[in-house]
Amino acid sequence: MSGARDTAAVLDSDLAAGALERQLGVTWRTPAGVLGWLATVDHKMVGRRYIVTAFVFLLLGGLLALLMRAQLARPENRLVGPDLYNQLFTMHGANMMFLFAVPVMEAVAVYIVPLMVGTRNIAFPRLNAFSYWIYLAGGIMLWSALALDMAPDVGWFAYVPLSGPQYGSGKRADIWAQMITFTEPSALAVAVEIVVTALKQRAPGMSLDRISLFVWSMLVTSFLIILAMPAIVVASTALILDRLVGTHFFNLAEGGDVLLWQHLFWFFGHPEVYIIFLPAVGMISTIIPTFASRPIFVYLALVLAVIATGILSFGLWVHHMFATGLPRLGESFFTASSMAIAVPNGIQIFCWLATLWHGRPIFATPLLFVLAFFVTFVIGGLTGIMVASVPLDTQVHDTYFVVAHFHYVLIGGAVFPLMGAIYYWYPKFVGRSMSERCGRWIVALVFIGFNLTFFPMHWLGLVGMPRRIYTYQTDMGWGSTNLFISLSALILAAGFLLFFVDAIRSAWYGPIAGANPWDAATLEWATSSPPPSYNFAHIPVVGSANPLWDDREALPVAAGLDAARRELIVSSVAEARPEARESSPQNSIWPLLTAVATTMMLISSIFTPWAVIWGSIPVAAAVIGWFWPKGTPEDEA
Amino acid sequence: MRERVVANLSVLPLHGQGSASVTWWGTLAFMLIEGTGFALILAIYFYLADTAPEWPLGAPSPDLGPGSATTAILIASLLPNYLILRWAAQEQLTKVRIGLVVMLLFGIAPLVVRIFEFPALHASWDTNAYGSITWTLLGLHTTHLITDLVDTLVLAALIFTRHGRNKRRLGDVEDNALYWYFVVVTWLPIYGVLYWGPRL
Repeated sequence: MSGARDTAAVLDSDLAAGALERQLGVTWRTPAGVLGWLATVDHKMVGRRYIVTAFVFLLLGGLLALLMRAQLARPENRLVGPDLYNQLFTMHGANMMFLFAVPVMEAVAVYIVPLMVGTRNIAFPRLNAFSYWIYLAGGIMLWSALALDMAPDVGWFAYVPLSGPQYGSGKRADIWAQMITFTEPSALAVAVEIVVTALKQRAPGMSLDRISLFVWSMLVTSFLIILAMPAIVVASTALILDRLVGTHFFNLAEGGDVLLWQHLFWFFGHPEVYIIFLPAVGMISTIIPTFASRPIFVYLALVLAVIATGILSFGLWVHHMFATGLPRLGESFFTASSMAIAVPNGIQIFCWLATLWHGRPIFATPLLFVLAFFVTFVIGGLTGIMVASVPLDTQVHDTYFVVAHFHYVLIGGAVFPLMGAIYYWYPKFVGRSMSERCGRWIVALVFIGFNLTFFPMHWLGLVGMPRRIYTYQTDMGWGSTNLFISLSALILAAGFLLFFVDAIRSAWYGPIAGANPWDAATLEWATSSPPPSYNFAHIPVVGSANPLWDDREALPVAAGLDAARRELIVSSVAEARPEARESSPQNSIWPLLTAVATTMMLISSIFTPWAVIWGSIPVAAAVIGWFWPKGTPEDEA
Repeated sequence: MRERVVANLSVLPLHGQGSASVTWWGTLAFMLIEGTGFALILAIYFYLADTAPEWPLGAPSPDLGPGSATTAILIASLLPNYLILRWAAQEQLTKVRIGLVVMLLFGIAPLVVRIFEFPALHASWDTNAYGSITWTLLGLHTTHLITDLVDTLVLAALIFTRHGRNKRRLGDVEDNALYWYFVVVTWLPIYGVLYWGPRL
């Protein structure tokens, strides 16, 4: 009982090479013009704008950090007052975690994962477009709030009672909670897309033991997102209910509990660290074999380490709460599990070192970033083991020691590999390469600037300088160290500035890159740079974990797909046996309209709870418009 | 790079059914997200009950009547839901159409009873933490019921149009029925905790 065909099927096997590319180009194209741009569901276009937006937020968040460093450069400075300073550090943290770190990792995955598994678009491409639009809306809302002097000022974790109705007056804490409501569904949507793309849209023959390690990392990351992010959604919903309609979740006087907030927040917050770090692990595992010119050392150990890290990350949250006076036995358990997670991380490091040791390393910029990662991340890991122990943590809690520690793991552990990954995949994204000479300067500036900025903070923390203070007295003796840190931050900032300059300049003036400029082994390099709208003219067939190194002359492919409708292969989970020629949705403006309706509802609900009721009507209408069949060939079965 | 054709996939179906459909997997993933959310809210319930000096806080145990009626309706709905899954798999369009109308009624009925469930809790959301958590649990499940009702409504409208004659629509019916199982299954622990928890 299949529907009437509006267009005849055009099997790719019936078309000559040039004609096939033309037909696929028509079928998969994004029309030119503003409407086409707004309605596209091409994972590469959405991924690219996701990456660019996330880096804009990185730049903005970095500027806030510089402003804070300017304020702290000397004692009793009057550049920034306490109220603005509270907004600055809250914005810096919330922006970097929710608008940069998690989205940028997912953004790279949105672009790369479908190419790496050899398919033509991400699963649920319209959801993907929607997730970008609400992420953008949430970011604009947060930054507009800062412009209006009503940005959140309660720390990126918004602890109650400070953020509750009693102390958090005005709308600042509501803006924080609603920013969560924008960014987390967006992150969850991408996680679902990645899981389904990685499990069900892999190229024929790409069994579980042949998936590239970046895809494995993103798969595990996506499961972490699915299991951890509901906690922050639940927490922020409870907070906003307390603030807007008078519930008592966190009100001690009426049977609520303030520590409940910390449990919920950190049940999300600790996996969050690994949601940021595991994608970086995947990037490193992809960069190292390419530049060592050999397959990764013990693939299975790395896969198991990633899975083990993911599971253990759910048993660590209480180590953020050691200073709250929880029962001793509980603290011991969380100390033990915090130390246990060092084991899979250690295994990873040794596998990477062994790969380099046995290979012939080419020290190009992406690999240099990985080497910068090694040094920095190991220092961050060591201080991590220190703060995992209760007596040490109680001493340094809420001091600059902790600030130093988490910047070592987050910037060293995730941002360095990310910058390496941008250098690595830039030719694929843009079709041109970034400058190798600039790249070396950037690695040097960022690595040296970073360590000069953050290493002295360990000392500041040990001598007792607390976090989140807008100034300090001269006789504390912290002045010269703070001045040194602020000046060093300029070196770090210069490195990032050069990175942005090179990224923008290379888009026009960089040398043209071929399909596979690094001679890498994974499928994203099997197609042109940048890839055509349909990614692959024929879906590749895979026989190993390093498909492009198996046969350097010809790529094994599958034929028999319809070129006149958007079609891709759905395959079985374990062995990637082809199961169906499934259609992939056409471009649609409805995801944008749904995002606009959702934004109106969420922002209005900060001011009146009734907005949830009347605001849901346009949302429902837009969703119905989204799903109503349009009679395209993609709707046929 | 040159291409070498090693497989011909033209014989594959144009649409995957069941676990060969990406929507099926997407539905499972969203169940995992929502299931985690419900589990966390139940955890909050137990956390608050554990820290409270008495439970329920300043209120008698909730009345069993309306909640048990909802449970009975939801359990009864499992049979037509099962039948609709079977009819969709067998591509019996007429029966699927009738089944969807029946499921619409089963979507509306618990919402009507739900109106009486909230007062049966004997605590308002702004009375104390007990009222807050019980209203949230019940409210969230109500949202679940409403979204599924709207979903079923749109699907029922669609199935009577020319778009209904399409395997893809029957796949949608199956995913919708799968989701209804989830709505019923999440209700059972909520029912147990809300109505029987304070009596233990």
